[in-house]
Amino acid sequence: MEYKDYYQIMGVGRDASADDIKRAYRKLARKYHPDVSKEKDAEARFKEVGEAYEVLRDPEKRAAYDALGTRKPGEQFRPPPDWQFDYGAETDTGTHSDFFEELFGGLGRGRRASFRSRGFDTSGQIEVTLEEAFRGTERRLSLQRVAVDERGRALPTTQQLNVRIPAGVVDGQRIRVPSQGEPGMGGGPAGDLFLEVRLLPHRWFRAEGRDIWLDLPVTPWEAALGETIRVPTLGGRVDLKVPKGSQTDRQLRLRGRGLPGNPPGDQLVVLKIMAPAPQSPAEEALYKQMAETLRTNLRQAMESS
Amino acid sequence: MTDPISAVPLDDSVEFSLRELCAACRVSEEIVVEIVAEGIVEPSGSDRAEWRFTGFALTRVQRALRLQHEFGVDLAGAALALDLLDELDRLRRAQRPSD
Repeated sequence: MEYKDYYQIMGVGRDASADDIKRAYRKLARKYHPDVSKEKDAEARFKEVGEAYEVLRDPEKRAAYDALGTRKPGEQFRPPPDWQFDYGAETDTGTHSDFFEELFGGLGRGRRASFRSRGFDTSGQIEVTLEEAFRGTERRLSLQRVAVDERGRALPTTQQLNVRIPAGVVDGQRIRVPSQGEPGMGGGPAGDLFLEVRLLPHRWFRAEGRDIWLDLPVTPWEAALGETIRVPTLGGRVDLKVPKGSQTDRQLRLRGRGLPGNPPGDQLVVLKIMAPAPQSPAEEALYKQMAETLRTNLRQAMESS
Repeated sequence: MTDPISAVPLDDSVEFSLRELCAACRVSEEIVVEIVAEGIVEPSGSDRAEWRFTGFALTRVQRALRLQHEFGVDLAGAALALDLLDELDRLRRAQRPSD
């Protein structure tokens, strides 16, 4: 078990007053709270800060922690053999470090088992490809659990869980896995697991809510003459009629071809007109013929001003 | 390995009654009534017995409760923070290059 320097985590000195600690906590919470923060490791930092605050805000826990003396953070640590902490009935939040559990965890010594309570909700993130979001998918999750052995000690364990992700999830969407949070105490029901969905970038498609955007390269003659072309969608290829005389950036809507839902999203196709470079003398001759026949000057307005 | 457990999407495809919402968020009906009175979520239905909350509302209630608990703000403050966070989110999305 690694020693944690709660003062360093909070960025306060060992002589900090209760007000200093509260102030430091509020500032750090605003910075790292997962509901507020866009920092990458916000959730982990917020838990760490929350745990530090839980100890330092409570005069009894703080005194007990101070009595351990100072060590280097991360140093291997065992509590003294005579360590006893009478923490009362309850310890506040769901997940703590091993260090905290060993020192203050009520669960470890079986004191929580005497009353019935529902387990804490837990949360996590899952990454899903657009194809998986379209069809729905299954994920095997590894959940960190705390099991209690026959001597009432808390042991970290890993539980495997298969979760079915419904079709039509969008980026940032939360999904709820009932009764897969932390187990309840004293026969109480388990909490729920909440997962936030992150859609992975796709080679061609871009999702905006349930709508799917696709940049589609077309040749000048396909756009000029109007042609039916095959277009990929998440559900497979469909025929798209490019209207005669289309220009680049024209948007065409394939209704209901986006992510499923009620209503389902659309696929929006953005035409990108690309002129292929001539690959042979014959092709070059054809371009020259076009230049002579089609005497359009697209820059006329610019030149006459 | 057991059969997969189905995850429930928290969007407008699911609905919760007041009682179900309270159970999911572990709060009393009085607190949810206050949250509705603050305009944080807007259930459909005219009176409490008929109120229906979407999956989005569940997430919003949970966020409001966390902000209240972890920042020591009241529900009006949490409502303001949520509106500002939504606005920030909207601006971030709009700013993202649409290549």
